[in-house]
Amino acid sequence: MPSKIKSSRDLEKLQQALSKKPDTGKPRISVCNGTACRPYGSNPVVDAFKLEIEKRALDNQLEFKVTGCHGFCERGPIAIIEPGNIFYQKIKVEDVAEIIEKTLKKETIGRLLYKDPGTNLETVKQDDLPFYRNQKRIILGNNTRIDPTSIEDYIAIGGYSALAKALSTMQPEQIIDVVKQSGLRGRGGGGFLTGSKWETCRNAHGDVKYVIVNADEGDPGAYANEGLLTGNPHSVLEGLIIGAFAIGSHQGYIYVRNEYPLALKNVTTAMQQAEKLGLLGKNILGSGFDFSVRVNRGGGAFVCGESTALMASLEGKTGEPRAKYVHTVEKGLWDSPSDLNNVETWANIPQIINNGAAWFSSIGTKGNTGTKIFSLTGKVNNTGLVEIPMGIKLREIIFDIGGGIRGGKKFKAVQTGGPSGGCLPEKLIDLSVDFDELTKAGAMMGSGGMIVMDEDNCMVDVARYFLTFLEEESCGKCVPCREGIKRMRQILNDITEGKGREGDLDLLKELSSHLKDSSLCALGGSAPNPVLTTIKYFSEEYEAHIKQKKCPAGVCKMLIQFSIIDEKCPGCGMCVKVCPSNAITDMGKKKPVVLDQSKCIKCRTCYDICRMGAVKIE
Amino acid sequence: MKDKVTAIIKKYDNDKSQLVSILQDVQAEYNYLPRAALDKLSKKMDIPQSQVYSLATFFRAFSLKERGKHIVNVCLGTACHVRGGELILESLERQLDIQRGNTTKDNNFTLETVNCMGCCATGPVVKINDEYFGHMTNDKVEPMIKKYSK
Repeated sequence: MPSKIKSSRDLEKLQQALSKKPDTGKPRISVCNGTACRPYGSNPVVDAFKLEIEKRALDNQLEFKVTGCHGFCERGPIAIIEPGNIFYQKIKVEDVAEIIEKTLKKETIGRLLYKDPGTNLETVKQDDLPFYRNQKRIILGNNTRIDPTSIEDYIAIGGYSALAKALSTMQPEQIIDVVKQSGLRGRGGGGFLTGSKWETCRNAHGDVKYVIVNADEGDPGAYANEGLLTGNPHSVLEGLIIGAFAIGSHQGYIYVRNEYPLALKNVTTAMQQAEKLGLLGKNILGSGFDFSVRVNRGGGAFVCGESTALMASLEGKTGEPRAKYVHTVEKGLWDSPSDLNNVETWANIPQIINNGAAWFSSIGTKGNTGTKIFSLTGKVNNTGLVEIPMGIKLREIIFDIGGGIRGGKKFKAVQTGGPSGGCLPEKLIDLSVDFDELTKAGAMMGSGGMIVMDEDNCMVDVARYFLTFLEEESCGKCVPCREGIKRMRQILNDITEGKGREGDLDLLKELSSHLKDSSLCALGGSAPNPVLTTIKYFSEEYEAHIKQKKCPAGVCKMLIQFSIIDEKCPGCGMCVKVCPSNAITDMGKKKPVVLDQSKCIKCRTCYDICRMGAVKIE
Repeated sequence: MKDKVTAIIKKYDNDKSQLVSILQDVQAEYNYLPRAALDKLSKKMDIPQSQVYSLATFFRAFSLKERGKHIVNVCLGTACHVRGGELILESLERQLDIQRGNTTKDNNFTLETVNCMGCCATGPVVKINDEYFGHMTNDKVEPMIKKYSK
């Protein structure tokens, strides 16, 4: 660890020294060990690399780096080889020795390269992959270049230079001006102008002010903040320190979900390193500015992503929101002016300070500048974290970057904005992805969840799912949210069980308008969105459930039946073995099996295991 | 118990605003929040018992009941839901012969659900203790459980 940095000049010297380390020039293998690669077994792969390098004493011939999320989670575990930008996918422990061998010989391994699912053509470079080619990774891009647990790595690529610039050459008002001019809007979903928020907080009365990183990414199905905080925690920290200086705050908080153990670990390490180097604490870089940070863990409550609830939780109380007659920038944490921004918003700050407002606002569209990170998940071929310039079309994200729908199925809907967002149908596939267009269509940018659904997903079930989630997560403080969501969920339950009645849709709409008008916070106020958008765009599916008592997508258990298509069944008995309720009987070789409806629990195991497509759901 | 709780409080400088983190650490130590530990916290930190209790019951991460040796967490986030996370949960309920939120009779497994674990691309996801299992299907449930059975 380098010694304490006392001035901007010191930092510059250190940066120059680190970027010229003797390491540079050696071939480098960077392996992703982000949270999403772990279910694929990236941990054993990383261990195997370390062992092999140690065993063969290759330390001075090869640089090995364990990094955070590379983004293309679908193909994990991933390794990037430099020079050459070679992209290896789905690496197994058995591949490790060969990767090292070939890297030293400057050769590539064909079978580990990405192959186009259509043409089967190999792509060598990461930058040439359709998944990466169409992105603009100004925030996430550095994830592949640094070990998130090394502050030296971050400084070597120019990290903390924006902080040095801000502290030594800019006045707080100037920083706020630059952020305002950049047009940066809050990435947590609200889309409020960050610079204006900072300005209000700076001008608010009070000696003590707080800045907070909202890393309580509660949207189920979004992990953009996780990928960023785990993969590049210093970028968030640097943004936070700059913001604190601009606002006039000396104490910051980072509120992290407890379900993100790796993010928690990496951000804590980053904080300790920054403290040791004098980038946090007293008299930062000799500027006279003092600032310290504390990490707080959440307890798994969705509502704590709401600013007032988060602050209540920071005070050691239950995470219940309050009415915002007075904004938190005036009176927030401990009744002091407090500025809360999302992880991604903070990570944008160093970029804006270094490259200028004009550069930032040249990305994206007017009124929606910069990039946005989305977690592209669900039924799409290329799942992962994608960063796109604001304003590109949904189609480009889902089909060009995402590679279309899995298994040749038909695209049905895309859900953005999590439980507060909405489901958009195929006819809106050419919608521009920005704050305003998504809101106009009834959805929301939210914190960047983008869940793709195909013909096998039932939209009534999706609406019911979100309300079940929100019913559980409602803090219960205000009646419209506590009781309204429950009633709406009950109605949707009835519809999915074939007990829907004429007039249910009108009742849902009426309850929705009450919730929107009278809920205390955004949780209740936006809770109807998934219901309203599905009714708006998929009304025929609701009608089928209510009138014909049918679930066209074959999801709602009470409305479907499993049966065997005799002509397709070879009698292999696979389904007989896996059926948990012994509902399927083997009738002997080459004879179709028999399914007993009365015993069937509709668990779908037989449907999933049958390779002949002989199980029918209707 | 006294010493452990005292040590945790000390780690957070007796800071009342860190109560959620303190409760997390206590739970990590005992696998659940024992009543005696909560009493101790309340006295030591001079926070009313009612406030400690309200926090411990507000957040879904906390359990006032003793939990099993292995914690099985089934992700029910949206990305996992659209790929059939609920069916995996039902399959686990059948195999472990318990409902969600409960512990097996032999105290080996507690079955819990979580709203998102941050690896949505690999859904449906199940986590047992610290090990993640991605792209889950019903037929993978049995071998996964076997790995952790006594």
